[in-house]
Amino acid sequence: MDTSTTLIKNLADQYGRSRNNLLPILQSVVKQEKYLSELSMITIAKELDISASEVYGTATFYSFLEHQKMGRYIIRVCKTITCSMKGKNQILLAIQDMLKIDIGETTPDGTFSLLQTNCLGFCHKAPTMLINNDVYTELTPEKVREVLSGYLAKAKEGENDE
Amino acid sequence: MNKIKITINNHPVEIKKDTSILDAARQIGVNIPTLCYHKDLCIAGNCRVCLVELAGQKRLSPACATPCEDGMEIFTNSVKVRNSRKHIIELLLSEHNADCTRCYKNGNCELQKLASDYKIMTSDFIPLVPFKHYTIDMFSPSIIKDDSKCIRCQRCVRTCAGLQGVNALTVAYKGDQMKITSFFEKSMNEVNCTNCGQCVIHCPTGALTERNYIEEVWEAITDPTKHVVVQTAPAVRVALGEELGFAVGTRITGKMVAALRSLGFDSVMDTDFTADLTIMEEGTELLSRLKRALVDHDPDVKLPMATSCSPGWIKYIEHMYPDYLGYLSTCKSPQQMFGVLVKTYYAQARNLQPDKIVSVSIMPCTAKKFEANRPEMHASGYRDVDYVLTTRELAIMIKQAGIDFMKLEDAKFDRLMGESTGAGVIFGATGGVMEAALRTAYELVTGRDVPFDNLNILPVRGMEGVREASILIENPLKEWAFLNGVELKCAIVHGLINAKKLMDAIQSGETQYHFIEVMACPGGCLGGGGQPIPTSPEIRRKRAEAIYAEDEGMPLRKSHLNPEVIKIYADFLIKPLGEKSHLLLHTNYTARKRY
Repeated sequence: MDTSTTLIKNLADQYGRSRNNLLPILQSVVKQEKYLSELSMITIAKELDISASEVYGTATFYSFLEHQKMGRYIIRVCKTITCSMKGKNQILLAIQDMLKIDIGETTPDGTFSLLQTNCLGFCHKAPTMLINNDVYTELTPEKVREVLSGYLAKAKEGENDE
Repeated sequence: MNKIKITINNHPVEIKKDTSILDAARQIGVNIPTLCYHKDLCIAGNCRVCLVELAGQKRLSPACATPCEDGMEIFTNSVKVRNSRKHIIELLLSEHNADCTRCYKNGNCELQKLASDYKIMTSDFIPLVPFKHYTIDMFSPSIIKDDSKCIRCQRCVRTCAGLQGVNALTVAYKGDQMKITSFFEKSMNEVNCTNCGQCVIHCPTGALTERNYIEEVWEAITDPTKHVVVQTAPAVRVALGEELGFAVGTRITGKMVAALRSLGFDSVMDTDFTADLTIMEEGTELLSRLKRALVDHDPDVKLPMATSCSPGWIKYIEHMYPDYLGYLSTCKSPQQMFGVLVKTYYAQARNLQPDKIVSVSIMPCTAKKFEANRPEMHASGYRDVDYVLTTRELAIMIKQAGIDFMKLEDAKFDRLMGESTGAGVIFGATGGVMEAALRTAYELVTGRDVPFDNLNILPVRGMEGVREASILIENPLKEWAFLNGVELKCAIVHGLINAKKLMDAIQSGETQYHFIEVMACPGGCLGGGGQPIPTSPEIRRKRAEAIYAEDEGMPLRKSHLNPEVIKIYADFLIKPLGEKSHLLLHTNYTARKRY
């Protein structure tokens, strides 16, 4: 049994195997593995005796349950109105220019993934982005480059930030 | 009974408490349009077409999802309702690929009908179709799924979950991104879809349709070098009439045969013949399994034996219970038995080259298209069944050919593989295979008729999802003495959600049966995914009545008395479960991945 299957079995033991335990299990898998692979979803479905498409439907509904392989650091730039008015597009351009990836893509070395997200609740400090669980506010292109450089350095040193 | 008083469009009505506004209105003949509502399914309330106005309330309420309350004043056709309804239809159309003249469902589309009823002639909303990047899934041999026609009413999702328990289709993403799709948006052909087609007969638009082979069949018919043979399934004769102007539940067997002949088929024969043949093979298989279990005490014998006629059920068990494939009867379905015999037995008897024969079947079923396409279904050395048409496709061909169906004189099936008994006919209804098998097996074992009035084994009939029956074997013939006093226990289920219940019970060991019949579709084949649209419990009940009436009207009602079945064993197959039978009429199954 691979680690992912063992993880899911343990989670099902821990949370229970009824339909309403699906969400905590999905969240825990994402926490451990950054995303939900096809295999994890099929395994979860089998454990809870539901269909894999039901798991897929639930996973795709929630923005923070990724179902594609993600980089070590997931950048989520707020796309809603206030951040847009305060220069979100320039922020995005700065990131894309620096990391050479488009929205929805991951850097070839697997360090960064770039996504957009709905309102993060920091409209008063727009524009905003989230990197994993850390919020960065009142962004400017310079500030973004600085933040990303920090993460790049961390990734190079092989430090574990979690 | 708790009665309450309401008014609908100022008419006072007395109604049972908790009746929905929709039902209350329909009871007094006021029609409220619906899209996501379907009698077979749970209430969703998501299309909003059935909105009504309630006195004293600012917001409109969906009639399907709102129960009547005492003193309610309901307006179904106020200015506010009419405007909203029109806007809702327009909004649905703004996301819908309304290329109606090029749509397979043209003329039989609920959205098209609403647009026509409400005369949607303007487009006040921006057409969104060009921005949606819709996809079409055409990889399944049975079902085509065109997202550009989908209105996200979720009838298919509720069908797949509520009626079938398969959940191949799901709602994914949210908001304007929301779509109806399968696991990781794979093709229906790749996932656990059983091809049953229940989604197709419940879809209000052209988003889910059968993959049709009408042009291919026309081409074969008009090719002078080809000999085109057609077979018709039992459930087709009690439903085809609905597409051609007859009332639900009208039996049109003779007219159907006449129509097929005038379409140009070279030989019109009957799947009921191989249904009778299936009983001979499957009945013998059951008795041999019982003997192995009771006399030889063989630990490897698999009981209960499960029927294998329904290709939706076969695909389901292959995905969901691959460890139980040994419990399935190895008999091919009647369609495939017929197919293989056409290119062997029939070809020999008529002195035809099998490669010049095109074998077509008319089925109430979309899963049969997949079944005919299975790699193992080439036992004749050729593809055994070349094209499978649904009842609906046949109706289309009859209309295209300009045949006045109502005025056709009744005709009879061609000989050799056209004779059938009532036992073959009832294959079309849930419990029918069981009843037919019991009629023959009981007589084979005891030498007497089944102990039921007029051969009607009523306990196995009906529309209950899971049914049980047992039959006590007393004073059997000498060779079957080991069955004396044995109570043969049977279970019958229809709709795959009930198959799951039965299989889970068998798996847990809480129930013990000898023989189980599973039909993938509600009501059995008569409610199949290839049958005329619409469907409802009422329609299925009427079709079932027609099937049993057809059975009672047959001179022979036991499979083993079918003279052509007797003849094929004498001339060709020698005996049930014999060498030739094994080669041609039996098959094996494939374990598939669970999704």
